[in-house]
Amino acid sequence: MAKERKGIEVSLAISEAVGQADCDVISAYPITPQTHIVEHLSEMVAEGHLDAEFVPVESEHSAMSVCCGSAAVGARTFTSTSSQGLALMAEIFYITSSLRLPVVMALANRSLSGPLSIWNDHTDTMMVRDAGWIHVFAENGQEAYDHVFWSFRVAEDAGVMLPVALNLDGFIMTHMIEPVEFEDDDLIKKYLPEFKMEGALHPDNPISMGCFAMPEMYTETQMAREQALLNSYPICIKAWEEWAALTGRHYHPIETYKADDAEYCIVTMGSYGETAMEAVDALRKEGEKVGLIKIRLWRPFPFEAFAKAAKGKKILIVMDRAISFGGPGGPVALELRSALYNKPGAPTIVNYVAGLAGRDVAVNDFKHIILEGKAKAEKGDTDGYTLYGLRA
Amino acid sequence: MAKPMNKIAWQELEVGAAVSEVGNAREYKTGTWRSLRPVVNKTQCIRCGVCWLFCPDMSIVRSPEGHFEADLEYCKGCGICAHECPVGCITMVAEEE
Amino acid sequence: MLEIRFHGRGGQGAVTSAELIAIAAIGKGKFSQAFPSFGPERRGAPVVAFCRVDDKKILIRAKVYEPDIVVVLDPGLLTLVDPTEGLKPDGTLIINSKKSYEEIMNSCSFSCRVGIVDANKIAQEELGRVIVNTTMLGAVMKATGILEVDDIRAAMLDRFGSKLGEKNMKALARAYAELTIKE
Repeated sequence: MAKERKGIEVSLAISEAVGQADCDVISAYPITPQTHIVEHLSEMVAEGHLDAEFVPVESEHSAMSVCCGSAAVGARTFTSTSSQGLALMAEIFYITSSLRLPVVMALANRSLSGPLSIWNDHTDTMMVRDAGWIHVFAENGQEAYDHVFWSFRVAEDAGVMLPVALNLDGFIMTHMIEPVEFEDDDLIKKYLPEFKMEGALHPDNPISMGCFAMPEMYTETQMAREQALLNSYPICIKAWEEWAALTGRHYHPIETYKADDAEYCIVTMGSYGETAMEAVDALRKEGEKVGLIKIRLWRPFPFEAFAKAAKGKKILIVMDRAISFGGPGGPVALELRSALYNKPGAPTIVNYVAGLAGRDVAVNDFKHIILEGKAKAEKGDTDGYTLYGLRA
Repeated sequence: MAKPMNKIAWQELEVGAAVSEVGNAREYKTGTWRSLRPVVNKTQCIRCGVCWLFCPDMSIVRSPEGHFEADLEYCKGCGICAHECPVGCITMVAEEE
Repeated sequence: MLEIRFHGRGGQGAVTSAELIAIAAIGKGKFSQAFPSFGPERRGAPVVAFCRVDDKKILIRAKVYEPDIVVVLDPGLLTLVDPTEGLKPDGTLIINSKKSYEEIMNSCSFSCRVGIVDANKIAQEELGRVIVNTTMLGAVMKATGILEVDDIRAAMLDRFGSKLGEKNMKALARAYAELTIKE
């Protein structure tokens, strides 16, 4: 494929990227709103455009099991799911990272039942927040396309060997037609080396993967896992730098918009961060010294980069697209409050949960949240969270 | 010989807690779990190999004369060999005797 | 930025209309978004599709609430939805109908600029079936001026193949010519 800018559904751009990455094995079970990604991949394989094995399975649990087997023998492996599908494969999802298998997943974020909902929010990814995977968020079609390659590059790096979840908002991104710049195959080959796995399963080199561990060993295995995730951070950065050098598109674990001279900021994660940019522009025109901080890398959480972005800000209005029932607030606010606890000069944090099950969060909604959040913070009304737009 | 579990530091673990020391299950002597042991009457034994086939732990080994005997380092004394023997030549005897 | 909302029924191709505009606009170097009202797809149910076109990057990720153009693919929908909801004061409503402006105004009270084209007739004559999504694009282009008829040719042929694509282009061109607009 040659370098080309075209209008395409983001799902299909992702499938095309998986094809350009010369993936070896794809195993997935269809679930709204990820369906177009895997349908297109199965067509690409069936029509001979992609030399890969597409393994159809009867459930997501089996899909992830197949992916584990595939990655274990050193095959470049891709899958995709959402919501209930992720829930069904949850036990294997944790195992994938514990076995250090570099599976790449396009996680089309969709709300977890119940009630049954096919629309977007972050409850599904938050369910597996602690599973030891690398989590990155794409906000638009271009980012989704670029991060397919980044995900393989990071996952398969000998210093990482961890699975990567490429989070993108279901429907809002998967079913959106927008412009995507496709890179040519040569550039992709330069960026993404062939996958050579040390310690892959092979009859000539017999090893056991997925053993049982006694209490005397388990703690140590978990520390090894934690360190692997923490050690992946510099490689995440390096992989972004390499991509920037080839394409001119720069990505960072934390990104900011008009935040340098801002007195207070809104913090987002996911595609509505783009809508928030428009709100920041509108409020700036009205004299508000507000900025935006966007979280791109969710795990391993970029504490230093975040502290740098938040430095000197009086207030942070933290957006969540998921709830932790009975807890102190949404998961992102929880993370940030914790990250800034006891740090001198830490900003006041107020938390808004908005956009559950794909409910629109438009520019005016963000303007309202920002101004109301600022007022709450100034009054000291910072406990818990506000469920934006709730009809009570 | 693998290091004792409670002496292994996390940095010494293999990637993904994999085990690359081939066949090191052999170091785990399960013979100490046994409270009964199988005793074979060699004159009755027809050397059919059924006990060897049914042993769930691969703990029956063939002697040079062709008889089948429990490997006492691993035999857990489950009694399946005695149960399956077609001529009933295996008796389970208490360990303390 | 131009914002368009399409009203149709599931299976009539409202989403395809939005997509074709987006792809054509992007092909011309512009920025564009096209998306359906997200949800399970069911034939016959009223659906809404959205399109945004701009010369700079589009950052809004929400529905179109204040369209510049509203397109009604199926006149039967006029009694089910108010197509002018949110329509900008200087916006245009484009309706597929064989009725005249006066006849339509007897049952609806639109106070906006209205464009009418008998897309059913054009589609039947040019395509042999009453699927009007591509035909109506001609009306959209005439009313907005954002694209020339030829700008959409590549996307059309890519979607439908050369034979059917050219037929669709013919229908589109006719709608472009036959659209009547009342201010």
